[in-house]
Amino acid sequence: MIGIVDYGLGNVQAFLTAYKRMNIPAFAAKRADQLADATKIILPGVGAFDHAMQLLNQSGLREPVQEHGRSGKVPILGVCIGMQILADGSDEGVAKGLGLVPGQVKSLDTLKRASILPMPHMGWNDVQPATSMPLFKGLGQDPRFYFLHSYYYACTDSSDVAATVGYGETFCCAVNRGSVFGVQFHPEKSHSFGSTLLRNFAEL
Amino acid sequence: MLRPRIIPSLLIHEGGLVKTTGFKNPKYVGDPLNAVRIFNEKQSDELAVFDIDATVNNAGPDFKLIAELASECRMPLCYGGGVRTIEDAKRIISLGVEKVALSAAALAAPDLVTAIAKELGRQSVVVVLDVRKKLLARDYEVYTHNGTRKTGMSLTEAIHAMQSAGAGEIIINSIDDDGSMKGYDLDLARKARSLIKVPMTMLGGAGKAEDFSALFAACGTLGAAAGSFFVFKGVYRAVLINYPDPAQKDAIIAAANAARP
Repeated sequence: MIGIVDYGLGNVQAFLTAYKRMNIPAFAAKRADQLADATKIILPGVGAFDHAMQLLNQSGLREPVQEHGRSGKVPILGVCIGMQILADGSDEGVAKGLGLVPGQVKSLDTLKRASILPMPHMGWNDVQPATSMPLFKGLGQDPRFYFLHSYYYACTDSSDVAATVGYGETFCCAVNRGSVFGVQFHPEKSHSFGSTLLRNFAEL
Repeated sequence: MLRPRIIPSLLIHEGGLVKTTGFKNPKYVGDPLNAVRIFNEKQSDELAVFDIDATVNNAGPDFKLIAELASECRMPLCYGGGVRTIEDAKRIISLGVEKVALSAAALAAPDLVTAIAKELGRQSVVVVLDVRKKLLARDYEVYTHNGTRKTGMSLTEAIHAMQSAGAGEIIINSIDDDGSMKGYDLDLARKARSLIKVPMTMLGGAGKAEDFSALFAACGTLGAAAGSFFVFKGVYRAVLINYPDPAQKDAIIAAANAARP
């Protein structure tokens, strides 16, 4: 069963609908004890970093997510702000992240050739997966996903970069360390590319 | 490479899907949820839904309908109509909508845009500017309430105000071209593009695939939204929901690149 962390942010329903169409069991987890049944965890989210951490802390779901991430037994997929909070922290705020994939979230404005382009980075863009990334299996060379963000994940360890995207400059748009995964784009809103990625995650 | 976005814009009136001309004469074109299902199948880039009754009736958003639309929608969704408070915006986002569009409320109180951007992130806040050409000057004026109320702001003033308030995207909606299917007002598009530093979307006037190419050639990567183009077919404007297939979309972009100065 795939548990979608429901801490009041992000499109929980879109993930449930996507998995329902694929006949893959998934449920929304609002409380810590509900996550005990999950064999995979999706951490969605939209909005600002501090707001996301504040809501995750209040929901009581931060500890179980962090525990699962550290133990490595239950794969976790963070999406959008749900990916960014896997980091140690963000230049967007002051809150501490989950620290599951070492790195700092930075503004795209700090990338010179991106900063002159319209911000946020919004729309469909081609993603270049790192070789042998299980999440991108069967998606070909340049899968296309929907992006909507102004911050990006700067990994401390470059081997954690699972995919990159180009917008003025090339930057990290997916991370993977052990059983913890994160994608900046929205697979739940990326048509067949997105559903293939979500299926790949379910089949890990 | 980031691709230009081709976006169906759906208008809700009395619970049904309609298409207007010059912001008037709404013609019934079908059921909103059914339209969303068709655009799912067609793999539309994004979808924008505007409730054109909410603000004029002084009513809030129809949250039940929004929830239904959002759970059906497999592409990014933007909702506008009757959003007046930060609570409205939060609730809409929590229902699974990616972007909340504001117009009348934002122009009356730009602080609202700032507050929503702070809480939800600026990427989730869209401002729609309904504009009409001034009679004698080469300038545009911004309206609200379905084109019935002047704001007293010019296009330039409104763009500056909304951008500095924290808008993450600005949709320029041409009242003069609404439903005309004669092509986008490219002068308006260029003028707006030169002022807008956030993602921009043009709405109003698209009638054929070439109109999208012309807009992308003139303004680069931006959003091209349309109503009539996606719901009418042929000179008699028969109702048929349609969307360019991937090959047609590639052709639109290729033609734009070839025509770029």
